[in-house]
Amino acid sequence: MSLDVLSIRKDFPVLSRQINGKPLVYLDSANTSQKPQVVIDAMSNFMSNGYAPINRSAYQLAAEATDLYEGARSALATFINAPKAHEVIFTKNATESLNLLIMSWGRANLKAGDSVLLTHMEHHANIVPWHMLVAERGIQLRWVPLTEDGQLDVTHLDTLLDGVKVFSFTSMSNVLGTINPVQKLCEAAHKAGALAFVDGCQSVPHQPTDVQAWGADFVVFSSHKMCGPSGVGILWGREALLEAMPPFLGGGNMIADVRLDGFTTAELPAKFEAGTPPITDVIGLGAAVTYLQSLGMAQVRKHEIELSTYVLNMLNERFGDDITIHGPTNPELRGATFSFAFRGIHPHDLSQVLDQQNVCVRAGHHCAKPLMRILGANATARASFYLYNTMSEADALADALDSASDIF
Amino acid sequence: MAGLEDLYREIILDHYRTPRNRGELDPPALSADGHNPLCGDEIKISVAVIDGIVTDVRFSGSGCSISQSSASMMTSAIKGKPVDQVKAIVRRFKQMMTIDEEDTEIDESINLGDLEALQGVVKFPVRIKCATLGWNTLLDALATEQK
Repeated sequence: MSLDVLSIRKDFPVLSRQINGKPLVYLDSANTSQKPQVVIDAMSNFMSNGYAPINRSAYQLAAEATDLYEGARSALATFINAPKAHEVIFTKNATESLNLLIMSWGRANLKAGDSVLLTHMEHHANIVPWHMLVAERGIQLRWVPLTEDGQLDVTHLDTLLDGVKVFSFTSMSNVLGTINPVQKLCEAAHKAGALAFVDGCQSVPHQPTDVQAWGADFVVFSSHKMCGPSGVGILWGREALLEAMPPFLGGGNMIADVRLDGFTTAELPAKFEAGTPPITDVIGLGAAVTYLQSLGMAQVRKHEIELSTYVLNMLNERFGDDITIHGPTNPELRGATFSFAFRGIHPHDLSQVLDQQNVCVRAGHHCAKPLMRILGANATARASFYLYNTMSEADALADALDSASDIF
Repeated sequence: MAGLEDLYREIILDHYRTPRNRGELDPPALSADGHNPLCGDEIKISVAVIDGIVTDVRFSGSGCSISQSSASMMTSAIKGKPVDQVKAIVRRFKQMMTIDEEDTEIDESINLGDLEALQGVVKFPVRIKCATLGWNTLLDALATEQK
């Protein structure tokens, strides 16, 4: 059974909004996704009827809040098939998750001359913290290059992995749409004696995730791309690895004891959750996970493969050589995120013209400047689809592209 | 709602399609690189100053129609003018590109000419940085002289 997208669209209030008498065509979900009513209600209800601190007060209201917060953690653990709920750490966003991981694990385990392997398709969040460690520790970075059609070129992967301590890579490119063979890459990393860090931001919202089947050591992703609110990131890690890591942020909640001459840390997950967390947002994320599970992630993936097939065929048929869509041409190897160049029109101008038709696309470097340099572009336009998008919205994109040609 | 015709005026598209003064100048001409971190646009401005006069100016790099046409029109507007006057033109242009009304001392003696066509950009606030990229980079280039 495939997704009932027209019914799903009714779950997202903003999708029925009209701007200047025309419907909204939201094609920027790789950037951030829209929110279903159940998420809005969960957050609103918590703030209206149940708001309280977590973990530190005996009264019933606080106990209920703690249950809701920890319930979201358990839901997340089930969603990604984590062995233990306390391996799921809540942060402020996936960027913070990566910084926590890279700084905490990296400072404890990497020394001058150690190597880390990244790929040419990483988001800045999986590049810049490593550069910071290069400056701080003198570690060295290696890079997996790309093939012509935007996949990882694994020809020399074993050589690249030889002697590295970590292989840190994205499960899906936010620019190219490429879905990487995470399980194989984790296996290769482990065979070389390296740990595997996975940036799951782009794939976790769009397909089933099983961190154990992947064989990953750490996985990060973000709430706001998977129908949850902004303000929450997730770090999942193997229990033993998390336990061996020093804390990242220090303060309230993360301690067992504090004395004038030092401190001891709390158990997982509190050890990595210093300060008051985004309680309302985590509860909203919990509702988003329940919502996604009710649809079925396999169904979401199936819908997006169908959409990708349609988008690729339709755009290429309508525009031929006037459009260049980056990334794999096989919908099975990619998500429904399409960066493209169109008739030499600068992406910034393109997105401005598309906005006249309420077609929302991202224009820019997508926080992946090294990849943009490889593509030979300062910027691309990017249309990204999600579970609530339809083929007729893809048509609306194409119609709006036509109108851009009238100006430039 | 502001229409696209406010943004993409014919003179702007003309400078975009047929940029004036594209290229670079070798030292001793002054130069600076500018980046728009939001969209990835990059620009290089080279400016030759002899006896306090901007004798030549070029721009290179790539960007959207607004950043490119604004840079092109800027080079046409400042070539051959004394540095002091160039700085006054920059100030006047940046005033036109601001939304807030605080800096209201408008120097009426400065005529922006074709550059007035860029006034519509203010109605599209996210594009203001595109229009001012070349101008800020020009100031950076001129500032290298004192060093």
